[in-house]
Amino acid sequence: MPTTFFPAVWYILENYGSWFLRGAGITMLIALTGTVIGFIIGLGVGVVRTIPAPRGGKFSLKKILLKLSNILLNIYIEVFRGTPMMVQAMVIYFGLSEAIGVNLSPLTAGIIIVSINTGAYMAEVVRGGIQSIDKGQTEAARSIGMNHTKTMLHVILPQAIRNILPATGNEFVINIKDTSVLNVISVVELYFQTKSVRGALFKTYEVFLITAAIYFVLTFTVTRLLRLVEKKMDGPSGYTIFTSSTMPQGRLLRGRRGKETAV
Amino acid sequence: MSIVVEVRNLRKCFGQNEVLKNVDFTVNRGEVVSIIGASGSGKSTLLRCINLMEWPTSGQILFHGQNVLEPKYDANHYRTKLGMVFQQFNLFSNMTALENCMVGQTKVLGKPKAEARAIAMSHLERVGMAQFINARPRQLSGGQQQRVAIARALSMEPEALLFDEPTSALDPEMVGEVLVVIDELAHSGMTMLIVTHEMQFCKEAAHRVAFMDEGVIAEMGTPEEIFNNPRNERTRAFLSRVRN
Ligand SMILES: Nc1ncnc2c1ncn2[C@@H]1O[C@H](COP(=O)(O)OP(=O)(O)OP(=O)(O)O)[C@@H](O)[C@H]1O
Ligand SMILES: [Mg+2]
Repeated sequence: MPTTFFPAVWYILENYGSWFLRGAGITMLIALTGTVIGFIIGLGVGVVRTIPAPRGGKFSLKKILLKLSNILLNIYIEVFRGTPMMVQAMVIYFGLSEAIGVNLSPLTAGIIIVSINTGAYMAEVVRGGIQSIDKGQTEAARSIGMNHTKTMLHVILPQAIRNILPATGNEFVINIKDTSVLNVISVVELYFQTKSVRGALFKTYEVFLITAAIYFVLTFTVTRLLRLVEKKMDGPSGYTIFTSSTMPQGRLLRGRRGKETAV
Repeated sequence: MSIVVEVRNLRKCFGQNEVLKNVDFTVNRGEVVSIIGASGSGKSTLLRCINLMEWPTSGQILFHGQNVLEPKYDANHYRTKLGMVFQQFNLFSNMTALENCMVGQTKVLGKPKAEARAIAMSHLERVGMAQFINARPRQLSGGQQQRVAIARALSMEPEALLFDEPTSALDPEMVGEVLVVIDELAHSGMTMLIVTHEMQFCKEAAHRVAFMDEGVIAEMGTPEEIFNNPRNERTRAFLSRVRN
């Protein structure tokens, strides 16, 4: 084991490179899966929380159910946003196995924890995204006969999702970094692997510097990729003008007063 | 002459504020009815009640004789029969002009894509926007957006069209191109209810004009009656104000 900096780093990479790579792989797996599932949870929760109250003043089953689900969802959001993910990991992982007897693998538990944690954050982001869409969009959709679900599906959510894409990417980047807390339940992600390498070599700052570099490359790449996706979603900046003999010009000027214009 | 929409004793309150007070009127098939009146008199609220954007406090809205306010009445189906054109256009910003005119047909009326496309194209041609089918709303001028919005409403093949100040948000030089389209529709037998501040347009295109004042229809008649011989003192006051 060399004692000077660069040879030491080289030595670590040569002998333990695969440990870092495997750790980075698990980190990305958890972060990506957790963000995707969390995004879906957030969408669901966010949509439910923006369902307008049914009209009519009397108590109805629909109204009570909506109210109840809103209360439960609020508790979910507040609890998961108000406690550290590291603590959530301990409670859920050991709680499931010790109290209920459900033994999950650390990896599965990690993905579940990151997902519901992300879901709680994304629910608020989604709600904000939906509420930021101009009310005129909803009115136009309703005016052509769309119900609430269709309005959401075809008009509001596509716009809201585009608007919250940056926040989602942000959440992904945060997740890449925050999966490191899952080492407390022995998920063999990048941070856990780094600790193992340090234990084997008794080298600390060289090992963690490598890890820092890897985290940075991961988050930086993801940030850039997401920016590309956003650009793509905005569609082309121009449009094609169609001209053909089947589309007569100046038609507007005909068919004035009293004449019927066939279409 | 058959009645398309009939409003009876319509009242609408926002909290303590009674915005519509016992409004009664009818729109007949093929008729163009204009609603004029001062700001805040309840014109938009009336229109929004008719297509159930707002739920009336009391009264009846009859569509072909059926009260649309009955609990079991299918409000969404009813709305497909009434096209609405908004002051702020409200084109779906996540869709092209063509998609704006197709989405209601495919997702609400359940028409196949090819048919929806053909119908959408015919209406986009009619409003002179066939060249811009691939454009997104933000790439179009206000006048162009409003013409696409009219095509979108027409694409649902409604029985009547409601317009809420369709030219008020437009730059002056674009008002004309939109009025030409509405005028053409007015003369093609379309049933229309138009809230507008364009008095000249009212005179030329409307069969009947309703003057609204503080939540009631204060006077209703032919354009000649309303503009040349208003019987109501308030109508006279309003008209002299807008003429200056
Ligand atoms: N959603 C609402 N909540 C409370 N009050 C409202 C609401 N919508 C309208 N109002 C009130 O109802 C009254 C009538 O409004 P409305 O928009 O129908 O007038 P209008 O005749 O269309 O005026 P304008 O010419 O300015 O468009 C106003 O006093 C307005 O403040
Ligand atoms: Mg108005």
